Amino acid sequence: MHWSLIIYCGLITFLTRFSMIALLKKDTFNKKTKIVLSYVPSAIFPAIIFPLIFLDNNGNLDLENNPKILAAIVAIIVGYLSKNILATIFSGLISYWFIIFFK
Amino acid sequence: MNAKLKIFGKGILDVSPLMIPVVPFGIIFGVIGMELGIGPYMTFGMSIIVFGGASQIVLLQLFSGGASSLVILSSVGAVNSRHLLYGAVLSEHLSGLKLIWKLIISYVLVDQAFAVSNDYFKKNKRNKIKHYHLLATGFTCWTIWQVSTFIGIVLGSIIPEELGLKFAIPITFLALLINDFKKFKNVIVMLVSGLIATLGYNLIPFKAYIIAASLSALLVATLLTNLNKK
Repeated sequence: MHWSLIIYCGLITFLTRFSMIALLKKDTFNKKTKIVLSYVPSAIFPAIIFPLIFLDNNGNLDLENNPKILAAIVAIIVGYLSKNILATIFSGLISYWFIIFFK
Repeated sequence: MNAKLKIFGKGILDVSPLMIPVVPFGIIFGVIGMELGIGPYMTFGMSIIVFGGASQIVLLQLFSGGASSLVILSSVGAVNSRHLLYGAVLSEHLSGLKLIWKLIISYVLVDQAFAVSNDYFKKNKRNKIKHYHLLATGFTCWTIWQVSTFIGIVLGSIIPEELGLKFAIPITFLALLINDFKKFKNVIVMLVSGLIATLGYNLIPFKAYIIAASLSALLVATLLTNLNKK
């Protein structure tokens, strides 16, 4: 890891935030673009989530005996029902620890 | 001055409940930075320089996977693109501010600060010093994030790797999506993104799986939006 990489990542993060305050006007995006933009979290986060759950440390598909899949299902159900961020995180982590402890 | 302090105080109070999930997220980031061998200075440096949970996790994740700088930077850009959505909303309230204010606010403008202060702005449109509210929510988030990163760095050298804290990354991001689980179209977009990233992890060159998956999923989102119109 180089400090320069961290600084560039900081700049990109800063500039996207700055552009939204300084450059964009109220009517920059039409209604349809705003609807599409509202899908951005749904489009991006699973690309981070899925590989971390379904792949092992070597990047191979790991579907059998994978405690992460079960724990993620628990977290999804808890999140769906409670709509509570903390409850979702803790239910996932605790069920994961429970499964690896008793395996 | 008193009026400014009062608004600043209200900002701190308003954003406090949202800080509860930020603490474990920050601790987890610190622990993982140590587990991946980035070292205490760079892990803490990331929280100071980047100051964005999702950006920092993507940076760590792709770096430890051996991705090139170009792929890391464009992936961080993709993750941040959600901020553009807020632009249409916030610029209306902040357009009259001096540049220095816009620069300071841009540094601390995280999702939680945006959510809380935007609510306040809507209710206090005519207030000339309402930006002090955003300054307060932003710096509250900043302080909590730095302190919890620090705790994570300290704990990182104590917590055994067998505990599998790395699993906290997907779980935290998953928790950010809970409000969209009940929307059918969002679930389709999530599945497209997740499946392409998983199956493409080894197939897509240069570890560009995050960008490839997000762009494909956004394309599907656009198609779904168009379908709705007809």
